[in-house]
Amino acid sequence: MKAELHKQSPAPARRRLALMSSPSFIYVLVSPLYVILLAYVIYPLYETFLASMKIEEKFSFANYARFFSLEHTANLEALWTSLYISVLSVITCGIVGVTMAFLLERYEFPGRRILSVLALVPMALPPLIGVLSFTFLYGESGIIPRALKELFQLEQVPFSLKGVGGVLVVHTFTMYTYFYMTASAAIKGLDPSLEEAAASLGASRFTIWRRVILPMLTPAMVASSLLVFMIAMASYTAPLIFGIDRTMTMQIYLSRTNGDLDMAATQSTILSVVSILFLLLMRWYQGARNYQNLSKGISVHRTEITSKLGKYVSMVLSFIGTIVLMLPILVLVLISFSVNSTWTIQVLPPEYTVQHYIDLFTDSKTWRPIANSLQLSAIATIGIIIFGVAAAYVMVRLPIRGKTLLDVLIMLPWALPGTVVAINLIAAFSQPNVFSFGQVLIGSFWIIPLAYFVRHLPLVFRSTSATLMQMDGSVEEAARNLGASWWYSFRRVVFPMAFGGVLAGALLAFVQCIGEFVASILIFTPSTTPLSVAIFQRMYNFEFGTACAYGVLQIIVIIIVLFLSQKLAGDKANTAV
Amino acid sequence: MSSVTLDHVTKRFGTAKGVEDVHIQIRSGEFFTFLGPSGCGKTTTLRMIAGFYFPTEGRIRFGENDVTTLPPNMRNTGMVFQNYALFPHMTVFENIAFGLQVRKLSKSEIKERVERIQRLVHLEGYGERRIDQLSGGQQQRVALARALVIEPQILLLDEPLSNLDAKLREETRFEIKRLQVELGITTIYVTHDQAEAMAMSDRVMVMQGGQVQQIGTPSEIYHQPVNRFVASFIGETNLLEGTVTRIEGGEVDVRLSPDVVVTGLAKNASPACQPRVGEKLTLSVRPELVKEWEGEETENLLRGRILLSEFTGACVNYITQAGPIQLRSMLINLGRSVKQRGDEITLLLPKESIYLIG
Repeated sequence: MKAELHKQSPAPARRRLALMSSPSFIYVLVSPLYVILLAYVIYPLYETFLASMKIEEKFSFANYARFFSLEHTANLEALWTSLYISVLSVITCGIVGVTMAFLLERYEFPGRRILSVLALVPMALPPLIGVLSFTFLYGESGIIPRALKELFQLEQVPFSLKGVGGVLVVHTFTMYTYFYMTASAAIKGLDPSLEEAAASLGASRFTIWRRVILPMLTPAMVASSLLVFMIAMASYTAPLIFGIDRTMTMQIYLSRTNGDLDMAATQSTILSVVSILFLLLMRWYQGARNYQNLSKGISVHRTEITSKLGKYVSMVLSFIGTIVLMLPILVLVLISFSVNSTWTIQVLPPEYTVQHYIDLFTDSKTWRPIANSLQLSAIATIGIIIFGVAAAYVMVRLPIRGKTLLDVLIMLPWALPGTVVAINLIAAFSQPNVFSFGQVLIGSFWIIPLAYFVRHLPLVFRSTSATLMQMDGSVEEAARNLGASWWYSFRRVVFPMAFGGVLAGALLAFVQCIGEFVASILIFTPSTTPLSVAIFQRMYNFEFGTACAYGVLQIIVIIIVLFLSQKLAGDKANTAV
Repeated sequence: MSSVTLDHVTKRFGTAKGVEDVHIQIRSGEFFTFLGPSGCGKTTTLRMIAGFYFPTEGRIRFGENDVTTLPPNMRNTGMVFQNYALFPHMTVFENIAFGLQVRKLSKSEIKERVERIQRLVHLEGYGERRIDQLSGGQQQRVALARALVIEPQILLLDEPLSNLDAKLREETRFEIKRLQVELGITTIYVTHDQAEAMAMSDRVMVMQGGQVQQIGTPSEIYHQPVNRFVASFIGETNLLEGTVTRIEGGEVDVRLSPDVVVTGLAKNASPACQPRVGEKLTLSVRPELVKEWEGEETENLLRGRILLSEFTGACVNYITQAGPIQLRSMLINLGRSVKQRGDEITLLLPKESIYLIG
């Protein structure tokens, strides 16, 4: 036995150890996490609430009376419009998503493979870009309606996307993936032997559907419905582009731009309450449901479409599906090569150039927003990583009380609409205070990274805690047992093992920041204009080519990142012991 | 090497009970086993020794050093986990070297010691392998090497064989015992498998429900169990209940059924057993001590019909129904014909084989 291996620790170290091993010391360690959440999530929320309740330094419900007033019904109309758009979005997304999941998971037909890859394309579209490509394609002066008009020599365009209908179509296209993904997963998890068992017990095809398949899918469907409802409530870009002023998010934006901050705060508070209620409902529901599959080794068997007619029809339909899914990206690429301000009444842009792409990286004025976005997103992502990894570790590994609270607080900013997050930050950081280190953050460089940080806080937290949960706790104990200090074992064992999850979450957070528009539009400053705000501005100057070149750049970055994180997740699954 | 003392150690988790008042002294170089069914507190006790839990009450000492609240990384124990807990992102060499790197040994010394321990556990040439390229048995040996290479004062083994298949388990059992004897290292072994415990240990602590039931050598706990639980948990046994009818001259008569009275020896009794005439008493008779009787009428005979007959090669197992009593017996195969279900049989419970539990 080597003597140096078990030296006795001197007395002061002993005392420090005793202090550190006291059960409450752990709360000292995790307190920074709570302080950050308090400072940048709770406190801004509270300041907004305060602003909505205060008129000239006095508490009053006047703002709420105004909101619910039956004389000026703009606000109530907005609430109603937001609600019914959200409900309709849930219904359309549900129908499209579940149908696609069933077709792609249960049937084998020509074109299935490519469709199942392309089905996820809408996820690669940042919100603003998605809406823009839809107006280019199907808007009143869009390519498709105009082409039909030319083709059939019509007086008017036969159809066009506008108003609430337009919002719904865009919502369906961009949000059906939430239903599609959960439904696919649920269908993959459906053990075919359950259906076989039902059939052998004498159930008809219809009974099997009604009594076995649908009940098994219900939890996934309810969860997706809640999610889509929340996202649709928070949707801002689609109403903005289609000119629906009477939605909650638009009303907040308008109140803010008209300088009516009290009203903006009131509207934000009401929207926050709805969002938080939905977050809690979702959490409750996910905790309450449990239809885990009991069987292992499920083999998916697809029904092959064998009839000639069926094959033909399915081929045509897959082709149309492929086109519909690819068109938004294709049209962006096309327009990104068009010369600015030349496309007016023609079906397709008349003149083309590669100048926009050259400008992106050579013209300092064009390059500036890209550099801004990269810098702002990088700063926010670093913060998200540090916070997310620490919080995930605390959540999964440490035996503390109040984990549910921590979890809810972290998920909260994710549930809040971007517009609300921006209003909250404005309310909190227009004056110097402790949490902003005595600075006014509004109008400064730091407000945007802070908004990104708050909005995308849960991404690294989620991915890292999922990885840590898979990792056996005894591995860390083994390192400690071999003499490693907490920090050493974290550095050499925990972090390297969780690295895949951390990186996947960080990449996702980074691209989300790059594409962020909703909060940015309310708080950007001319010197820190981010990419998506620049796209919006270019659009309004009819510089479609440059706007789309920006958009294509965003999409490329997103596709690369999604590919990388998929790869990371895949590799991790292979090497897991 | 170091002795280990648990001085009236109790661990509670909130209101849930962990272990209650464990008081043991493990000698330096001893192979000591914590044995019991799952949830009995054996792993909790081991984890307190490793430093992953701190006792609610009581002290833990390694030799003369009080380590009760010392964090795990300062205890110099080597632990092998049930699932091995190997670092999946490191090679075999890196796994084994981890503890030495923590101790900041020189590169050349690390290399030398890792290679020496690799030879000891027969893993030469496996240094660059990834963990997921190893079989279960090899992973087991990496875990063992990783724990041994730091030359721990105490080796802690938490059900190290439970993830191996039957054949490998036996091999590894010999291997662990060989290493322990060669290195003379104080070893604490946790298992729920009583055969493992019996085969390997110098002494065994039997636990149940957070309570220590008995501490003793394998032979002591087998032949002199202190209570029903120990008697039935260690090996197989027949537990027979009856009423004491006579205590005389070192003999105790117990009526098991209206027409069966057996006689045992008063000295074959657990320490807590105080037989009194007219009171209930439980007897334990090991199946292998029951004999088939074909001679004249004598004491302690049971007649019945065979319910189940099992031929296993080396021996024949019968379950016999004798009136209200069911009796298991394990008879050495002496080449006689094997009786079948429904056949009559006469069994003898030798006086000296009857153990009075209480």
